[in-house]
Amino acid sequence: MFGLNKSSLFSDTKKLEREIDGFVDILSEVGLVFKSIVPTYLNHSANGKFEEMVEKVKEMESKADKITKEVEHTLYEETLIPDARSDVLRLLEHMDELIGMYQGNCYHFSIQKPNFPKEFHEDLIELTETVVNCVEALCLTVRSFFRDIKTVRDNAHKVTFYEKESDIKFSSLARRIFDSEMPLDQKMHLRYFVEKIDRICDQAEDIADEVQIYAIKRSV
Amino acid sequence: MDISIIIFLLGGLFLGWSLGANDAANVFGTAVGTRMVRFKTAAIVCSIFVILGAIISGSGTTETLGKLGAINALPGAFAACVAAGVSVYLMTKAGLPVSTTQAIVGAIVGWNLYTGSDTNIRVLITILGTWVLCPVIAGVIAMGFFTITKNYLLRRKLHILRLDAYTRTALLLAGAFGAYSLGANNIANVMGVFVPISPFTDVSISNFFVFSSKEQLFLLGGLAIAVGVFTYSKKVMFTVGNDLLKMSPVAAFIVVISHSIVLFLFASQGISNFLQSINLPSIPLVPVSSSQAVVGAVIGIGLLKGGKEVQWSVAGRITIGWFTLPVIAALISMILLFILSNIFNLTVSF
Repeated sequence: MFGLNKSSLFSDTKKLEREIDGFVDILSEVGLVFKSIVPTYLNHSANGKFEEMVEKVKEMESKADKITKEVEHTLYEETLIPDARSDVLRLLEHMDELIGMYQGNCYHFSIQKPNFPKEFHEDLIELTETVVNCVEALCLTVRSFFRDIKTVRDNAHKVTFYEKESDIKFSSLARRIFDSEMPLDQKMHLRYFVEKIDRICDQAEDIADEVQIYAIKRSV
Repeated sequence: MDISIIIFLLGGLFLGWSLGANDAANVFGTAVGTRMVRFKTAAIVCSIFVILGAIISGSGTTETLGKLGAINALPGAFAACVAAGVSVYLMTKAGLPVSTTQAIVGAIVGWNLYTGSDTNIRVLITILGTWVLCPVIAGVIAMGFFTITKNYLLRRKLHILRLDAYTRTALLLAGAFGAYSLGANNIANVMGVFVPISPFTDVSISNFFVFSSKEQLFLLGGLAIAVGVFTYSKKVMFTVGNDLLKMSPVAAFIVVISHSIVLFLFASQGISNFLQSINLPSIPLVPVSSSQAVVGAVIGIGLLKGGKEVQWSVAGRITIGWFTLPVIAALISMILLFILSNIFNLTVSF
């Protein structure tokens, strides 16, 4: 009635809620797959399991892209959350970039096949775990932005904590790589991979900062 | 009906149009300006409920204005309405948030002074008191609602999209209530002066329902307000919406509901009777300013947030309006009455 169809408004809302939740789930799942991909690559890069996992990340990335487009269309067509629409879309785009960074890392491993000596495996796996924990904390921050803005700050603080941890681990690993006896080209090649993994944390921290600003804007 | 009667009624209809054009924005401005509710939806709901409010609950405030001064000739009522309309226009151009209420009161007092009729000082003081009380009560109600809503939302942890859907519905319902209250409270400004000299007669439908001359006047006034809503309020709504954009849609809902409650309180015969029945002082039924109720509510929320965002200059301008607008309206009313009686030889009082 009067252009405000109540049932359609609430069903659109529920559908969008599910889609946004699904999008955050994908980011979280991609992280978990990435956490397994690095040890899989380091230990069993010869068998097909690694490529299978890369393919899985690719599929999840496409699914996330599709959701972003659908959410964008619905938000604008139905003129939903006019006051926070641009913030939500920017947030989804930046999270999508994060998924892209995971995917990019997987491709680089798959194409360039970096040769990490055994002595660096543990450090690289630890760095990867910290990065994934950082993104997990970001997922919590984003979920609280949508449902419980009071806890945004606490979760964003965890993102910052893991980002610092990741910086420490990156510096330590990079230093060890350059202190080793490997040829310079290999050192630089490995440093490139370590740096690319660490950059995921930087992006996650930037997004967490954004979310904190959006949460302040959202407060009643 | 005599053509002169229609011309004289046009004064009131003009006031109604301007009320619809300006005050509908207080009810639906934020919702439409922030695109939470479509203009067409807002205009239809606003018009229906303004008319309902005017016909069902418009009598109380009209009686109070009648006690202030019963204008007993159509040319006199016409002069009062035009004086009110012109003074509101002048003050709005000067950037003061004024209301037709203050203007019509000034214009009626002007008629009293010109014709030598008595002004009921007790009623005048009551009316002046409500002007001060209106933004204060709106502010207090807004503070209460704001605190309750904020705590409730923090506990409920609603998804941003679910909250958006609820807020849209709430804004529409609050807007409907606001429009009803606006019609009930402010119809006296538009048609009150014509009630004692209504050119209409009671119409009986199958001896079951009587459509009184007063209700016919109120319907006409309500329609004029609705025309104002449809023809001119869109621009004002977008201006109000953009000005208040810093405010969240939930806060906007609190402002609208607080404003609506205040207007309803000062128009509801039922609440007034109830308070009297339990030996509490009854609320005077007085037309109050819709714009000032909104400003009061906004200031109330601003104070809760620490007071930094409160624009005290607006509060200052409201206070200036309380004194200057009635005086200007009274002066213009007297000048118009002089012109009508001395140049056009019209009877402005009996």
